[in-house]
Amino acid sequence: MATLTEAPPPLTPAAPEKKTKPPRRRGRLVPYWLLLPGILWLLVFFALPMVYQASTSVQTGSLEEGYKVTWHFATYWDALSEYYPQFLRSVLYAGSATILCLLLGYPLAYLIAFRAGRWRNLIMILVIAPFFTSFLIRTLAWKTILADGGPVVGALNTLHVLDVTSWLGMTQGDRVLATPLAVVCGLTYNFLPFMILPLYTSLERIDPRLHEAANDLYARPVTTFRRVTFPLSMPGVVSGTLLTFIPATGDYVNADLLGSTDTRMVGNVIQSQFLRILDYPTAAALSFILMAAILVMVTVYIRRSGTEDLV
Amino acid sequence: MAVVNWLKRHFVVIAGLVTLAYLLLPNVVVTVFSFNRPKGRFNYEWQEFSTDAWRDPCGVSGLCGSLSVSLQIAFWATLGATLLGTLIAFALVRYRFRARGAINSLIFLPMAMPEVVMAASLLTLFLNMGAQLGFWTILIAHIMFCLSFVVTAVKARVMSMDPRLEQAAQDLYAGPVQTFLRVTLPIAAPGIAAGALLAFALSFDDFIITNFNAGSTVTFPMFVWGSAQRGTPVQINVIGTAMFVVAVLFVLASMAVGNRRKKQKA
Repeated sequence: MATLTEAPPPLTPAAPEKKTKPPRRRGRLVPYWLLLPGILWLLVFFALPMVYQASTSVQTGSLEEGYKVTWHFATYWDALSEYYPQFLRSVLYAGSATILCLLLGYPLAYLIAFRAGRWRNLIMILVIAPFFTSFLIRTLAWKTILADGGPVVGALNTLHVLDVTSWLGMTQGDRVLATPLAVVCGLTYNFLPFMILPLYTSLERIDPRLHEAANDLYARPVTTFRRVTFPLSMPGVVSGTLLTFIPATGDYVNADLLGSTDTRMVGNVIQSQFLRILDYPTAAALSFILMAAILVMVTVYIRRSGTEDLV
Repeated sequence: MAVVNWLKRHFVVIAGLVTLAYLLLPNVVVTVFSFNRPKGRFNYEWQEFSTDAWRDPCGVSGLCGSLSVSLQIAFWATLGATLLGTLIAFALVRYRFRARGAINSLIFLPMAMPEVVMAASLLTLFLNMGAQLGFWTILIAHIMFCLSFVVTAVKARVMSMDPRLEQAAQDLYAGPVQTFLRVTLPIAAPGIAAGALLAFALSFDDFIITNFNAGSTVTFPMFVWGSAQRGTPVQINVIGTAMFVVAVLFVLASMAVGNRRKKQKA
């Protein structure tokens, strides 16, 4: 947890904090007055709900008679043993989407940072503009794109891609909709901008003279990338993968709109437990397990990826 | 061989443009299908060209009502989050005080939490308090999750600001209020604007947190979600296209303003 919380803000380039003392102001209470309203808001509507959720997860009872805290920790065990396939699926789908985002997003971020020239602003707008249009409408558009018998599925079939993905269990027969492939495709699409922007910020900070130097030292482009560019872009890679993986794991929109009952992720289970089945203790326990799992994975990942400035 | 060499040399450009195409393909589909005249309930298959939906975007019951609910919530959420977030950002950058680390964590955590966890925990709070789910609970939730993003955007800008500019203003006998209004605020303004814009986009487009805390109130994303089950009207594509065009124009306009400022300085 400590490592996570020390991380710099992910989306914006963090300027190094100035060591010089800020100008003196009258009144030592001023910062507390500035903080009070916002921090109070976060404490009441972010931290306190977590406490309520923790207490809900150890309650027993029924909707009619009301719930009481009975420290019934077995709910956690029951939830985990019943819904572990959905948990595994969430990690698998979100992990695949994150890797695809990295593979797809890196060239585009590189293109904007080093090669775009006067097109840079236009490409930037085209990356950001979808942010401002409803992501639900765009996700629904994938239904049209991946429709059975449509051009995309037809092309994939002719190229025998679907044979391979079917063999991998990612598709079924000659359709893509309602299969894991469609869900991963939607997740990749939805979170791609969250990968591109941090990658771009960290690439943009690289001095182009380093590329020239590597070139002067007879490094081939691939070597330059492997030994110079990529290591220097690690902060972007780490924050980009986190910004993609975390929300993708909890997502239920893609699995619902593009998938089937066989592609339900843990988010779908939490949503239906909370809003349809109204089994609050199980839902709260599931959501706590999800949170804990993500915190553990993220902490391990940040430690292992070894970017000093993120830890 | 020539082709292979050419592909090798331009690998980055080709791969980048492929990704860009992948990003924009749904927008193209949404635009094209806003001119469709579908048979039956679903607008997933191309039938024939028609501008009916564009001439009557509010023709579907509930659509424009939900748009107006979303706009209202986004407006107030942006206002609230920008105000609270700017204050926090200034406190964090300008002052050294105790509990700074803890406060940084409290601001970072909402951004590192899956939305469904926040949504569910907030719902347990509201259920326990017996709050009536609706406009106000959505607004509270939106201010909560937009806040962190505003703080980060404003902080980045204020951090890169030269404190000597304010000292200079004070040396020239500007009072604290005058210094703030005439020096500090104008310099921080782009950061605040970026934070506000981000908050607006996040709030307007949020589905997961709203889905949990909306009760029977229908925002635009909720309307789209509901219609996906019942059958999507073409008008939804019209709104989607219009939003994309407005977003692009807005960014272009703000960039034009920025360029003119740069020229004036030069």
